[in-house]
Amino acid sequence: MTQSNQEYARPDVLVETDWVAEHLNDPNVRLVESNEDVLLYDLGHIPGAVKIDWVSDLNDPLVRDYLDKERFEQLMSQKGISNDTTVVFYGDKNNWWATYAFWVFQLFGHTNAKIMNGGRKKWIDEGRELSTDVPQYPPTQYTAQERSDHEIRAFRDEVLQALKQQNVALVDVRSNDEYTGKKLHMPEYPQEGALRGGHIPGAQNIPWATAVREDSTFKSREELEQIYGTKGITPDKDVIAYCRIGERSSHTWFVLTYLLGYDKVRNYDGSWTEWGNGVGLPIEK
Amino acid sequence: MTAESALPPRLGEIVEDFQLAEGSEKLELLLEYARKLPPLPDWLRDRRDAMDQVHECMTPVFVVAENRDRKLVFHFDVPPESPTVRGYAALLEEGVRGATPEQILQIPGDFYQEMGLQDVLSPRRLQGVHTILAYIKRLATKELASSELQSDSSTPHTI
Repeated sequence: MTQSNQEYARPDVLVETDWVAEHLNDPNVRLVESNEDVLLYDLGHIPGAVKIDWVSDLNDPLVRDYLDKERFEQLMSQKGISNDTTVVFYGDKNNWWATYAFWVFQLFGHTNAKIMNGGRKKWIDEGRELSTDVPQYPPTQYTAQERSDHEIRAFRDEVLQALKQQNVALVDVRSNDEYTGKKLHMPEYPQEGALRGGHIPGAQNIPWATAVREDSTFKSREELEQIYGTKGITPDKDVIAYCRIGERSSHTWFVLTYLLGYDKVRNYDGSWTEWGNGVGLPIEK
Repeated sequence: MTAESALPPRLGEIVEDFQLAEGSEKLELLLEYARKLPPLPDWLRDRRDAMDQVHECMTPVFVVAENRDRKLVFHFDVPPESPTVRGYAALLEEGVRGATPEQILQIPGDFYQEMGLQDVLSPRRLQGVHTILAYIKRLATKELASSELQSDSSTPHTI
């Protein structure tokens, strides 16, 4: 099972659980746990790790958007993260929210960031230590750049324009039932919060978790190239990934950008909850 | 009639506890419930396959209704790595324990709004409590139907 991360395009962004265990007391490293479930961290986390919640910490409370530069700087200060701190993200469900947090950090230019391969599950499966102590770190002075939305984030109108372009590859990373529009409603509740089911015209369906193994670690570079390449999601394209609200697609964004080294990959965080409801937006079933 | 008066008494108290808790205290309270969800009783442990799965939940939630002389007790099985959903299941389990099917069907579908969890949880996370309530109502409806069919039977049974 062990393989060298050196085969990936950017091997430095991935660390293994062993590395994390050796750096628990490293003052230059801050572990950040990001989960889907807001209470999971409190049940036990890697000793010294802080929690960053995608809703309360990373989303703006009023506008459907991310936090701004000032709030990001405050958050970094509270979590004891300096501009030169190496931030290592990990979390539940194959690291999906960990890659989401990683992606938001990139909007602010915090490039000294890594993902712990295998996430919370692998750490626990290996029988490693968990703690319920919530650490407090001295506040830092953090200076962020203005949030940069144009390199790695795609907006609705850009996606609409992209439909006319040849060099764009759209990848829908939801389940096949969501992609085909079969699954939208459940009894009494609109499951996807969208009025229509289906996908953005021309999008290929590669469910996000296809990129990981049973133990939540990433598949080999060769396997990943095969998975994306055979569906036309190739490095020469301008790739846009989307899902429901942008969390699963940030995982795919991470895989394509850092493990496979694609130059131009953007995450459309409006995703299906925007596109499926948008007036005048074409869909395909 | 206010929303609270339509709730089984214990559920009404739980809603009030959540109302009084502020900000992150609400999450701590939910976590306490997550911790105290009772384990499956012995007679169900080997029969988990016979329990109903709440398919709408992204988290695998299993639930069975036990009818003790027209008073319902729900048994839940929720993985520990989903404490939010466990917390909902546990507060519903405790809140409606011993209620009649009629009482359960009267619970307003949006009762949890009163708890103020929408301030600390995303809509998607709130969906869990909605889904589980809808599901136990479905089970209560089944119990009602079967108790009308066998109104002189006092044998406890499960569905």
